[in-house]
Amino acid sequence: MKPAPFIHHVPKTIEEALAILAEVAPQDGRVLAGGQSLVPIMAFRMARPAHLVDINEVKGLDKLAVEGGKLVIGARVRHAAFHKNVVDGPLGKLLTYVVRHIAHYPIRMRGTFCGSLAHADPASEWCLVAATLGGEIIAKSKRGERVIAAANFFEGIMSTSLAEDELLAEARLPLLPADAKFGFYEFNRRAGDFAMAAALVTYRVAGGKIADARVGVGGAEDRPRRIPEAEAALNGKAAGDEAFRAAAEAAAKAVDPLEDVQTSGEYRRDLVRAVVRRALEHSA
Amino acid sequence: MSAPTKGSGTTWVGRAIRRLEDPALVTGQGRFTADLPAAHWVRFVRSSVAVGKITNIAAPEGAHVITAADLKGVKRIRPMLHKFNYIPVEQPILAEDVVRFVGEPVAAVVAMSEEEAEDIADQIEVEIAETKPLVDARDAIAKGATLVHAQVPINVIVEGKVRTPDFDATWKGAHKIIKVDARSRRQNATPMEARAGHAIYEASTGRVTFTCTTQMPHLMRTAIADVLGFPESDLRVIAPDVGGGFGQKMSLAPEYVVLVWLARKFKSSFAWTEDRRENLIAGFHSRDQHVTLEGAFDKNAKLVALNADILANIGAYSCFPTTCGVEPLMAMAEMPGPYDVRQYACLSRGVITNTCPMAPYRGVSRPVITFVLERLMDKAAAAFGIDPIEIRRRNLIDKFPYTSAMGLVFDEATYKQTMEMAVEHIGLPAFRVRQKEARAKGRHLGIGFATFSERTGYGSPAFAARGMEITPGWETVILSIDPSGFVEARIGSSPHGQGLRTTLAQIIADELGITPQLIKVIHGDTDRAPYGWGTFASRSLVISGGATLIAARKVRAKLIKIASHMLEAAPEDIVLEDGAAKVAGTDRSISIAKMAREAYHQTHRFKGEIEPGITETGTYDPPGTFSNACHVAIVDVDVETGRVAVEKFLVAEDAGLIINPMIADGQVHGGIAQGIGNALLEEIIYDSDGGILTATLADYLPPTAHEIPPIELHHIETHTSASITKAKGLGEGGTIGAPAAVINAINDALSPFGVSIDEMPATPQRIRAALRAAGEAA
Repeated sequence: MKPAPFIHHVPKTIEEALAILAEVAPQDGRVLAGGQSLVPIMAFRMARPAHLVDINEVKGLDKLAVEGGKLVIGARVRHAAFHKNVVDGPLGKLLTYVVRHIAHYPIRMRGTFCGSLAHADPASEWCLVAATLGGEIIAKSKRGERVIAAANFFEGIMSTSLAEDELLAEARLPLLPADAKFGFYEFNRRAGDFAMAAALVTYRVAGGKIADARVGVGGAEDRPRRIPEAEAALNGKAAGDEAFRAAAEAAAKAVDPLEDVQTSGEYRRDLVRAVVRRALEHSA
Repeated sequence: MSAPTKGSGTTWVGRAIRRLEDPALVTGQGRFTADLPAAHWVRFVRSSVAVGKITNIAAPEGAHVITAADLKGVKRIRPMLHKFNYIPVEQPILAEDVVRFVGEPVAAVVAMSEEEAEDIADQIEVEIAETKPLVDARDAIAKGATLVHAQVPINVIVEGKVRTPDFDATWKGAHKIIKVDARSRRQNATPMEARAGHAIYEASTGRVTFTCTTQMPHLMRTAIADVLGFPESDLRVIAPDVGGGFGQKMSLAPEYVVLVWLARKFKSSFAWTEDRRENLIAGFHSRDQHVTLEGAFDKNAKLVALNADILANIGAYSCFPTTCGVEPLMAMAEMPGPYDVRQYACLSRGVITNTCPMAPYRGVSRPVITFVLERLMDKAAAAFGIDPIEIRRRNLIDKFPYTSAMGLVFDEATYKQTMEMAVEHIGLPAFRVRQKEARAKGRHLGIGFATFSERTGYGSPAFAARGMEITPGWETVILSIDPSGFVEARIGSSPHGQGLRTTLAQIIADELGITPQLIKVIHGDTDRAPYGWGTFASRSLVISGGATLIAARKVRAKLIKIASHMLEAAPEDIVLEDGAAKVAGTDRSISIAKMAREAYHQTHRFKGEIEPGITETGTYDPPGTFSNACHVAIVDVDVETGRVAVEKFLVAEDAGLIINPMIADGQVHGGIAQGIGNALLEEIIYDSDGGILTATLADYLPPTAHEIPPIELHHIETHTSASITKAKGLGEGGTIGAPAAVINAINDALSPFGVSIDEMPATPQRIRAALRAAGEAA
């Protein structure tokens, strides 16, 4: 339960961090932010980075602000920052609601929003938020900067399109319209455990009908994603039990469920059906 | 020193005083094995395959690595029973030639730090010619199965059989036969502190001091000295603060033998701290059983015969000192539980497999058999169309002493009364109304009852009935008053969370008329404490408490003799209270401190009539006493996901005289938490290759505070003649009753669906699978 030896780098500026990362990335270098996922797997020696580029002292990465209609979340922003409303309107409420489902209090004090995205656990609440809302990932390296849409970012279980020399410097979430409704539900066996399935929904009601529905499912497939079949079952329908059940059924059918010894594909579909409907009920 | 005592008798016993051990623990001053510094750290290289022949062990250049080849002259661990067709198997300290389970220690790496030891262990390559393992007990007893140990035919290491004379005739004449085919999955006791050991050689004496996290320090001394072949007097074993044991820390860990061997061989200090992964894969398991139980009832729903087939998967080796007979034989002896049934047949087998060895875990088999028996009673109630409470009323024992079909003698208890008390306090009729209303809204609430007996505080005859080569039972306490007037009780028990430093002090305080704060209870050090068996099997308060009372009465008699001499009064006129001996009806008194001085420093005044000093010994070896309780769980089953939330838990309990109500309630609370974990969450899962899929606490799921509901406790105090303190044990009852109550509640909730959940843990996946198989509806 002790990590293999590694070299600990503590850069103070983003330039310095990117320079070190460029140098050590090919030698098995990894970025360390909150360490709530990386450090435990290092303790199990399932990860053995030779270098850790610790960004906890890098200036400017603690940004949490609205810019150009988007909430900008820097790489050092902890989960716990969202215990309070960070932005007016539905997005702020959505984030304060979702954050309480992330692990336990001590973990939320230390783990970071961007670290969760970079780790890309299929069950991560923040990955589901980014995928459902159409977030953007800002990847910086010595080579430059690029913007990656969340839909193109998650590539599989703990796998992203981030290059090894790139730092996930910030994430951006589009603000939700003032009349947007949201709902979230996750299923796990104990409070604070990884979700075995989770759903996040947002939509507006225009003229008594659902519009702009987004239905995201996490924890059920190798990455979180929107489920167009479920969204189609909602758009243009009256918000209520009938539409919600139809959307839940559509999502349960549409997913390609992860299976393991304790979770058959059939059971995972049961969970997807339940979490989507409950997220929709929560929204109403 | 708080309030003065009001007088001898019952002043301190029965009070919920705060635990004397807590100030140190809650301020971070507790001292645990892993706190000790060592010159060398040890990391064990463990088998990554379940079974196979070791063909090569390759270590990096310069690494200090110990393998079985180095341990020449070290005996193997050989637990022994002399009954029940037990076949002894020996466990090598480090694997010799073959490995038999994933996690078996193959080599020990020695380095200057824990990190370095782990780095080196990582580089050691163990080549094993892997063969197909046996993981499930039913596969292991199948025809043609390979043998885990060549000398154990059909892999059955221990076999208990019983059939009462009139069983067959009674069975044939029965009105209804009800059957339960139950499965209890494998669990790990998961103490907060995993195992740890620290051995240091003392050059001046040639002795080794071995500090370890154990429940039985003297037995560790005996076992390690035997295996290594040196005098016990050259080994001091210390159990410092111990972060929970639950039975897992009763058995001899081969790792401990390696540490003491290293200290003696290299004349230095060596430490090992087990990590959670090691504990989950190799730190002993339990509760892996298949039980088929059939009950024969007469037309009045009275149980007339019981037929049990018990298969306990005991893993790859037998555990020392209890042996692996502990699970199958406990299950056989106590299967009928608190019910009156005269005819009983049972076949109970302990089966060897390529899995981590079994060791006792809080409740030992009784959480499983209570779950099965209580499922049987509920199923029978349904078959007879009567209430689950009514069928228990017709079958619970109520005349004492009661001798069971297995010959166990049940002392005075309150099986029916506690059940009626539980029914009243839970508000059963109101619950049924609420349940009906909730069902109409698609919410599935259920209530489950478990009535059970908890055999506690049993002495050597009870253990001897199992034919144990090492037969535990008695306890000794040495009680002294030093010249300064302070009291020290040195005990052979080894508490590790049970609060004995407080409860034994309460017993002594009442006898001697002093406050508990003046009394120190010394344990967990073989140089300081008398030989004893340690703390397990809900025994310490009964047995060590009884020995304490015997010793305290002797000290009391001596103090009265001294006071009588010093005060020149008749012994019968002397009372001990407020820290002094007083002559009743006068203002003449003398403090215990003064008497103590006299007893050591002015003995010439006794003129040879009183022995110098104040030290008395008490030993107690009782027959055993049964506690009893009724547990009630109310659950909410989410039928869409299969998740179960326990909404409320209620216990009506009789553990005899309660010495400290706060400590008693704490024991019950903790046991229920583990029982809920057993019922719903905790499961060690092997794959078909014998690998463990639940090697972290993200996969093996003990309950958290979130999963534990409010618990309401009620006590009845039956003063038994089977315990001289009138106290019965209650350390295991929480874990024994809770799984049955929770599983019965789940089945009650799901009764409209026509499913029967007879497996624990009742995971959401299993509940969903059962509902799906039943075609859902309802």
